[in-house]
Amino acid sequence: MAFGWLPGAVGDIAHGAATTILLIAVTTLAGTLLSILGAAGRRNGPLLLRHAIAWYVEVMRNTPFLVQLFFIFFGLPSLGIRLDPILAAMLAMTLNMAAYTIEIVGAGLDAVPGGQTEAALALGLRPRQVFIKIVLPQALKIIYPALTSQIVIMMLESAVVSQIAVRELTYEADMLQARTFRSFETYFVVTLVYLAMSMALRRLLVTGGRRALGAGVS
Amino acid sequence: MIEFTLWDIVRNLLLATRWTVLLSLAAFVGGALVGMAVLFFRISKQKWSRRLASGYIALFQGTPLLMQLFLMFFGLPMLGLRIEPWTAAVLGLTFFASAYLAEIWRSGVDALPRGQWDAGASLGLHYLQELRLIILPQAFSITRAPTVGFLVQLIKSTALTSIIGFEELVRTSNAINNATFEPFKVYGLVALIFFLMCFPLTQYARSLEKRAAAR
Repeated sequence: MAFGWLPGAVGDIAHGAATTILLIAVTTLAGTLLSILGAAGRRNGPLLLRHAIAWYVEVMRNTPFLVQLFFIFFGLPSLGIRLDPILAAMLAMTLNMAAYTIEIVGAGLDAVPGGQTEAALALGLRPRQVFIKIVLPQALKIIYPALTSQIVIMMLESAVVSQIAVRELTYEADMLQARTFRSFETYFVVTLVYLAMSMALRRLLVTGGRRALGAGVS
Repeated sequence: MIEFTLWDIVRNLLLATRWTVLLSLAAFVGGALVGMAVLFFRISKQKWSRRLASGYIALFQGTPLLMQLFLMFFGLPMLGLRIEPWTAAVLGLTFFASAYLAEIWRSGVDALPRGQWDAGASLGLHYLQELRLIILPQAFSITRAPTVGFLVQLIKSTALTSIIGFEELVRTSNAINNATFEPFKVYGLVALIFFLMCFPLTQYARSLEKRAAAR
């Protein structure tokens, strides 16, 4: 074991970690938005849309993320859609996360008592207002813990996008170990960085959620 | 250049699927065995033992599986063991699975009413007998759905072993893709094969869940 290379590598590791954080931030926002639309569409949309969303969820949940990533990055160009590695990674992560969070958000929507909708309609709110102002905030509060876990899982899964040369934390680790010939030590240090990031992310989400959504989030 | 027909591609992918299946099974069995040991530590009456097991579980659930595989692949040779992709893949996935399975089963043990332990004790059973005859059978039976659900996750996770050089489905598909330049078809087929393996299990887990909810 030798860690003499470490001081010179801090910059690269920090740069990689910043890219990983960017990836997960974009994925969290886009994925949550997409899953709200998906969950709402699955409940209130036309029959065809409902079936399409149900199948989308099944296909994404029953195939590996790595294969989805390769399909998007290597496969789409043959349809004329060429994406930057980082865009392909963001797209793949968002689509993958949405498949899981559509179910989570849907469970939250179902858990809000029907009386809430009836009461809001009786007060003269339009259906869209009812959804955005009454049902959705309550649903998000209920599912927040599950959503938090899914975001952390997605951050750990993002290590895989190094395979299409996105310069995130794992990619920097690969480059470092090729330069230092200290494979084990390099991956050991980077694993610890991931561990610290996942613990910090969880804590951040829990405190942030408590502040934004009120008590009851733990 | 060699021409690949669709059948050539499918045949080679199916041959590689054997390794995906074998790896999944080996990791599931290994993970179940190690997971049992972790479970014993996790539900022990000793505080240090519970802490140790919690730490083990948090470590594997808080780091990327890809890093765990890399550490296995590059770490074991440092201990003087000659290691090949297959060994690193099986060991890496086994430890990964053990942490998740232990946590799933622990939730089953916790869900049992306190009275089950008391009843066991009042019948004069000692700790191990209580676990073997009363607690564990019930804990396994109520966590059957999440256990099958995790098996699906494990099968999907085997894809990552392609990165450390294990010749399973995804690695073979990379090679085929490099020869045929038909990524849309090749990765589409790989996704289909994974789907055909995972979807029935997902449905099975769902039916178990429904049955459990109906009870």
